[in-house]
Amino acid sequence: MDVVVCVKQVPDTEQPIRVRADGSGIDEQGLNWILNYYDEHAVEEALRVRERHGGTVTVVCVGPPRATEALRTALAMGADEAVHVWDPALEGADHLGVSRVLAEVVRRMPHDLVLCGRLATDDNASVVGAALAEYLGLAQATAIAKLEIGDGVATVEREVEGGVEVLRVPLPAVFTVERTINEPRYPTLPGIMKAKRKEIRTLSLQDLGLDPAQVGAAAARVRYARFDPPPRREAGRVVTPESPEEGARLIAQFLQDTAKVL
Amino acid sequence: MAQQVAYRAPSDFYAVEDLLTDVQRSARDTVRRFVDREVLPHIGRWWLEGHFPTELVPKLGELGVLGANLPEEYGCAGLDNIAYGLLMQELERGDSGIRSFASVQGALVMYPIYAYGSEDQRRHYLPKLARGELVGCFGLTEPTAGSDPAAMNTRARKTARGWVLSGTKMWITNGSIAHLAIVWARDEAGTVRGFIVPTDTPGFSAHDIHTKVSMRASVTSELVLDEVEIPDDLALPGAVGLGKALGCLTQARYGIAWGAVGAAVACFEEALSYARDRVAFGRPIAATQIVQERLVDMLTKITTSQLVAYRLGQLKDAGRMHYAQVSLAKRHNVRAALEVAREARQVLGAYGITTEYHAMRHAANLESVDTYEGTYDIHTLILGREITGHEAFGRA
Repeated sequence: MDVVVCVKQVPDTEQPIRVRADGSGIDEQGLNWILNYYDEHAVEEALRVRERHGGTVTVVCVGPPRATEALRTALAMGADEAVHVWDPALEGADHLGVSRVLAEVVRRMPHDLVLCGRLATDDNASVVGAALAEYLGLAQATAIAKLEIGDGVATVEREVEGGVEVLRVPLPAVFTVERTINEPRYPTLPGIMKAKRKEIRTLSLQDLGLDPAQVGAAAARVRYARFDPPPRREAGRVVTPESPEEGARLIAQFLQDTAKVL
Repeated sequence: MAQQVAYRAPSDFYAVEDLLTDVQRSARDTVRRFVDREVLPHIGRWWLEGHFPTELVPKLGELGVLGANLPEEYGCAGLDNIAYGLLMQELERGDSGIRSFASVQGALVMYPIYAYGSEDQRRHYLPKLARGELVGCFGLTEPTAGSDPAAMNTRARKTARGWVLSGTKMWITNGSIAHLAIVWARDEAGTVRGFIVPTDTPGFSAHDIHTKVSMRASVTSELVLDEVEIPDDLALPGAVGLGKALGCLTQARYGIAWGAVGAAVACFEEALSYARDRVAFGRPIAATQIVQERLVDMLTKITTSQLVAYRLGQLKDAGRMHYAQVSLAKRHNVRAALEVAREARQVLGAYGITTEYHAMRHAANLESVDTYEGTYDIHTLILGREITGHEAFGRA
């Protein structure tokens, strides 16, 4: 099984994220950039497929030069190869543009299976995986929580309202993974050292035979209008009940009358 | 008002983060995550129960933490010494006992086999020790020979087949869980030598010390060697002379200087966060002058320690590190961490005495760290000798 995993580098949300004063985006100064958590699960699943069925795991990332760090994390976890795509023309590309670029990369390499995270924790868009399948003309399932590889077919499970949906999907296919699918391994220290020595190829749009006018900022149908920081949370209300029963009554009353969630 | 200092974490006031390479940062982050998930949720209970989590040993091996600064050809990670120091920092942010396990395994067991062992010994032992399949301990200190290891009573007698060792070693981390012990003993000519002693050799026994109120999530034992006979090929060919034993300590002390930073950071960050939230007299205690002074003192000590450790790492990687420089770092950083832990405990008030918070556990642990691997006072004398040329701890 040759597995391709598409990953994204995102800001570490364990740190405070600040919006630029002019609302044009987030302030990137001092941010830590990490491999998107959902993509980490996709890499883990790919490694497990390789462990069970043999083959290779290749990670692909579209992003500025710093994005190679996310690829190094995936290599340190155990991926075989990494492909990085960047071109100044991609600054401001939208999700469909990125998906088209990924599709072109994937098309050029053996792929029995393509995995993505269900969403990226920066913009929560959940678009790229589905669009990628469309551009590749492959079957797809989103937000899968279980993957089993059979002969030319994969059985996947999706957690849906009130139950589990089981799908049989012909391979090659594109799946986006839910975080419940597995527990990602830690990149090991020897893995980090090996990843450091691996070469990461960076491809430009020209290398891929793509026209900036079709995939770059010029082609973007979605543009960010403005970023606003989330509203400041107001201070909570502290109540001091006389007894546990009194406390429970006050909370229930709050949920009913003020929060109106009950 | 001027812009705030652009630091990533409250404990990185001088942006030491910016000095790190990608590998150093990745190595630190992977162990940080490990400690967050596998150590911190349980450490309070382990500590109270006096339990060392042996189940973490294979995981630490798989992660590549054990002997991580030794070469890849022996199954180790081959990290530089700053990355290695950062690992010790993260482990000790969890608990000094966990870091001590890794220090002993890496610096006191794997290092002497690497530096003083034969090629056969290296190839046989190092990969298994790196994976955590074998656990080691280090026997130098004796019940009446701690700061003065030259006063050791353990003897090694040469026989036709090998060596017979007899004596008692004390305060031995990992003692009863070890598969092998690096034991130092005097031969009949009075020369100190190092040996690899499998702990299942007849005559070898380990007895745990259960009355500790410090370092409770760590195994500390007494080793008794009663006519323990080992073959010639378990003597470390290069481990001849007390200086070689002290060379191991230099390695371990280097890691301790970094580890102490981790313990201090854990205490400072919890104290800072508590001080901001805890209200007394109608305002957060962080808005009081005394608490601010405590926090500033803590941050100053941490920042100093970080820079000392970082520079020491540069010197070590350049092959220019002197043991007296290690003494300064160990002495300063551990005492600083101990003071930070005590200050943090005070900021936390009564909550600080529980294992729900970390400060008291770290403070109790750091009392051991302040003493082991060269007491604070012994390092003072090493440094005093270095700068004055006068030895103030010569034999009476």
